[in-house]
Amino acid sequence: MPNENTLSRRGLFMKIGIVFNGLVATALAWPIVRFLFSSVTHASANGYLSWVPLGRVGEFPEGETRLATFRNPYVMPTDGKTVETPCWVRRIEGEQFQVFAINCAHLGCPVRWFPQSGLFMCPCHGGAYYRDGSRASGPPERGLFEYPYKVQDGMVTIQAGELPTPGSPTASLFGNKAPCAAQNVLISIESKLSTSSETSAVAGGTNT
Amino acid sequence: MSVIGQIGQWFDRRLQLASPIREVAEHPVPRNTASWWYVFGSAALTVFLLQLVTGILLALIYVPSASEAWSSLQALNHDVTLGWFIRALHGWGSNFMVAIVLIHMVQVFLFGAHKFPRELTWIIGVFLLLMTLGMAFSGQVLRFDQDAYWGLGIGASIASRVPIAGPAIVKLMLGGPIIAGATLSRFFALHVFVIPGMLIGFVGLHLLMVIKLGINDWPMPGRVVRRATYMTEYHELTKKEGAPFVPYAIWKDLFFAGFVLLAVAACAIYFGPFGPTGRPDPTIIQSVPKPDYFFLWLYGLLSYLPPSMETPALLIGPVVAIAFLVLLPFLSGEGEKSWRRRPIAVLTVLLIAIILGTLTHLAGYTPWSPHMNAWSGDPVPERFLHGATALQREGALVFQVKQCRNCHSLGDLGGQRGPALDSVAVRLTQDQLIRQVIQGGGNMPAYGKNLGPAETTALVAFLETLHPAGQAPARDAARDTVLRDSTSHP
Repeated sequence: MPNENTLSRRGLFMKIGIVFNGLVATALAWPIVRFLFSSVTHASANGYLSWVPLGRVGEFPEGETRLATFRNPYVMPTDGKTVETPCWVRRIEGEQFQVFAINCAHLGCPVRWFPQSGLFMCPCHGGAYYRDGSRASGPPERGLFEYPYKVQDGMVTIQAGELPTPGSPTASLFGNKAPCAAQNVLISIESKLSTSSETSAVAGGTNT
Repeated sequence: MSVIGQIGQWFDRRLQLASPIREVAEHPVPRNTASWWYVFGSAALTVFLLQLVTGILLALIYVPSASEAWSSLQALNHDVTLGWFIRALHGWGSNFMVAIVLIHMVQVFLFGAHKFPRELTWIIGVFLLLMTLGMAFSGQVLRFDQDAYWGLGIGASIASRVPIAGPAIVKLMLGGPIIAGATLSRFFALHVFVIPGMLIGFVGLHLLMVIKLGINDWPMPGRVVRRATYMTEYHELTKKEGAPFVPYAIWKDLFFAGFVLLAVAACAIYFGPFGPTGRPDPTIIQSVPKPDYFFLWLYGLLSYLPPSMETPALLIGPVVAIAFLVLLPFLSGEGEKSWRRRPIAVLTVLLIAIILGTLTHLAGYTPWSPHMNAWSGDPVPERFLHGATALQREGALVFQVKQCRNCHSLGDLGGQRGPALDSVAVRLTQDQLIRQVIQGGGNMPAYGKNLGPAETTALVAFLETLHPAGQAPARDAARDTVLRDSTSHP
């Protein structure tokens, strides 16, 4: 009977076999892991973001917010319609714009713009935002995501390519605004109170 | 010996499976476990097998490509013979499977089956529940419609909140920077290969342990589980009053399994397949996405959590819940099994059921969501305009045009996000109404920037008429005094 401390020839071969398989598995694991995480590494290597045109400046009337769509810069052959991305373009005046992501800052549902009340409303959990994208009410913790934009040769161009989510690095790039309306409102509230107590006021005043 | 017998012997000499199968089939079980309460596990397995078969059938036609999935589902619904029925069976099968797995879990918990020595059976059961939910979510994604598309967005938004790793998790989940072709393909791989493969393995282990350790004995109040003595007690129980599983207990499993399959088929025929809803085109923003039935409670919870609580609750909540379920057999591995002697257990189950039920019910009609078309579609009830002045009517117009109706109802029509305004004048004085409209607050946006003074005046004049007949509107007594004083002392 062989001594417990001695290693038989076949025992040695088995151990070498195990080590050999371990080495092969490690060698194969590297490309497998790289393949699996390619969507993550691509983001840090080349990045998914690039500048995409939305339309000519003239297509967006001053003081209004319009829906625009763009084709996501990163496309795979089987993407179909999913690469067509909508966004809200607010032309403040001249070449001053704000381009908001369609995705609610709460959980990404598509927000809709209501020009009459100057609010973006979300159909999912009732998040609401003011015309400048700042949070008005509801569950969102922040304002709408904004795409960085520039006006180049008369074209409104935005930097896009990633789904904006509350935790994405682009989300912080897009800015996190405090509710804006409350500050201005407090200043104007007293004057409005005095105006509205005069019951002879004519209805249908201008929309400020 | 008959020819069939000879063929059988030929196979068994090579397979040698007959005696272990007979041993398993005839293993003794305590007589009182041949109960209608013990049929849910086998029913879950039956529905799982139905899902495997119908899933393979659907895969004969379905195309897991973002550009073609929706059309292939339409083809299944309308063009392929009985495609609609197979889709309906698979869809209803998933609803039944989630429900039966939950019922099985509650029954097992209330009967104390998670206690010694069946801890690992319970833990594997917890993972089976998670995999069932994983199948349900990934299945909803494969029904690649608007609900699936925006549902993925919700999933990505939740995943992105994980500190540091969030963005990487989102890209791993989506297979790229946005919800697109790669996203559907990887959910297809999860739904068709990864999770079912794991499910089959775990179900095998789960069943193996049920057979090795024996089915949980019927809990008798006072028959306490002790690690030192349980195994001997159980063996005596099966020896003394045991009966072979086949046919003594299995007939109830068979009857119930048949009944469940019949119920799934009946639902499939009567209600038909689920969706697909609108085409998964993100530019169609007139979409009100909603998750499937078994995730409605989460959809409701996400609306009611205060914003600051949401991220911690979403990230820590599931970890705590799963950890609790996994640790449960170690926290209460011994002691009473009977629900009659475990009031906290019964109350916990009831509390969770009521919470989930209430949230699901609320998510059915989403009182927290604005009614996007109420402002243009819902009429102002006649009684609120009868005898109104021109200013008050102008106010009613402002009320509609400024979308107040999207969140506030009048005469039970309109949104339910804000309070119904049928009697708002009783609750708020004129000044309070103006302040609320302009400044917002309490979950209402401020309209100060979007209402001119004249519009505010008209709106408030209309709101002041909203009080029941015979009940005076609220008024500020101090203001009356001030006004009287200012007129008497010019």
